[in-house]
Amino acid sequence: MQVELIVNGSNYKAPVEPQRTLADFLRDDLRLTGTHLGCEHGVCGACTVIVDGQAVRSCLMFAVQADGSEVMTIEGLEKDGRLHPLQEAFRDCHSFQCGFCTPGFVMTALALIEEGTAPASEEELREELSGNLCRCTGYQSIVEGVAEAIRRTTETGAIGAVESGAS
Amino acid sequence: MKASAFEYVRVSSVDEAVAQLAELGDEAKVLAGGQSLVPLLNLRLANPAYLVDINRIGELNFITNGSGVRVGALARHRDVERSELVARVNPLLAAAVKLIGHAAIRNRGTIGGSVAHADPAAELPTILVALDGEIEARSSRGARTIAAVDFFDGFLTTTLQPDELLTEVRFPSLPTGGGWSIQEFSRRSGDFGVVTVVVTLATGNNGTISEASVAFGGVAGTAVRAPSAEAALAGQTPSAELWKAASQEAAAVLDPPGDLHSTPEHRRHLAAVLTERALVEAYGRLGQEA
Repeated sequence: MQVELIVNGSNYKAPVEPQRTLADFLRDDLRLTGTHLGCEHGVCGACTVIVDGQAVRSCLMFAVQADGSEVMTIEGLEKDGRLHPLQEAFRDCHSFQCGFCTPGFVMTALALIEEGTAPASEEELREELSGNLCRCTGYQSIVEGVAEAIRRTTETGAIGAVESGAS
Repeated sequence: MKASAFEYVRVSSVDEAVAQLAELGDEAKVLAGGQSLVPLLNLRLANPAYLVDINRIGELNFITNGSGVRVGALARHRDVERSELVARVNPLLAAAVKLIGHAAIRNRGTIGGSVAHADPAAELPTILVALDGEIEARSSRGARTIAAVDFFDGFLTTTLQPDELLTEVRFPSLPTGGGWSIQEFSRRSGDFGVVTVVVTLATGNNGTISEASVAFGGVAGTAVRAPSAEAALAGQTPSAELWKAASQEAAAVLDPPGDLHSTPEHRRHLAAVLTERALVEAYGRLGQEA
């Protein structure tokens, strides 16, 4: 089947087998390997990407279902060689060790910030991040990184809506 | 960990969907949010020849008022979670939906999908059984309404026929001024409950209990009511002793399964403890509704 979609602002049109997940399509067909695959059945959250403004598990969606959608992956965050404020906060707070889970956490946090539903308390923030697993950090530094990003972006308003930028 | 090959059929109306299901029969599975089905496909626990993708049926994406809350099969958990109508009319449903999975799961997962999947430990089947909810299904033969108790037939099994599409789920209103509670024990945030208890309560003019509903998830092949506990509560004067006695009564008659997550004894223990907590909380909420 043919799919046509926007990924990180660029148009793509490609043939896919129906059983190809969005995650495999991004990684293997588009070579956007920043999206990581951990469990492949929706438990670990490593493959989280943003589809039409919402964080979703890309291993639980078939590429054909994203036909006509707008997808954002971790590769879409940096602009003109500059890290996104969320990425900077992760770096500054040491919010990763091996980094495998990081793209999933960043995309989950990005959706939170951009939906304008970023939680006020640490407890709520932990609940929002609970769908992403990390086996290194013990989560402390990740929670700190996201909290820091929320602080920075609400002060400066640096994070706007996902830019559609279809070319 | 990849799904086996299938034919993908995208439909955009209920009529089109039921026509496809009538033709393809049990060779086909309906794909809604995919948060339960796709894991089964990826693990190759299911390998249907056809997937009928109903995600683009706009007419099934609604949340409306109507002797409670009527929720279209394609309403996402996140929409129900954030619905002002649901929060006002059925706060139990709003609370239950928040317990389902995680944000990214709830963004995709649908109400109809959760109900049709019929996991006996899931929140929505448990509250449907507690509230005497209804499910509407359509096929090329027509539409029918199925009571929740008749819909859930066993572990991951419903009485939905292969040519039928679940189109709507109806969550009746809570009793006026009534109290409610959902209590769940799970090992990790977002997991299915090892045991889930749903309670609704109402009292009459003389302060005795006029209506009581107690339902369990995770203790049998389907969500179940606890008639003995309900009988123990009916007509009684609320008290701490009554909550304890009714909870013990509810747990005593259960014959829960043992599995990777828990033993039967532990589940019975949880059932008693959670029922007592639920009764206390539901009683505390009596009369809180505007």
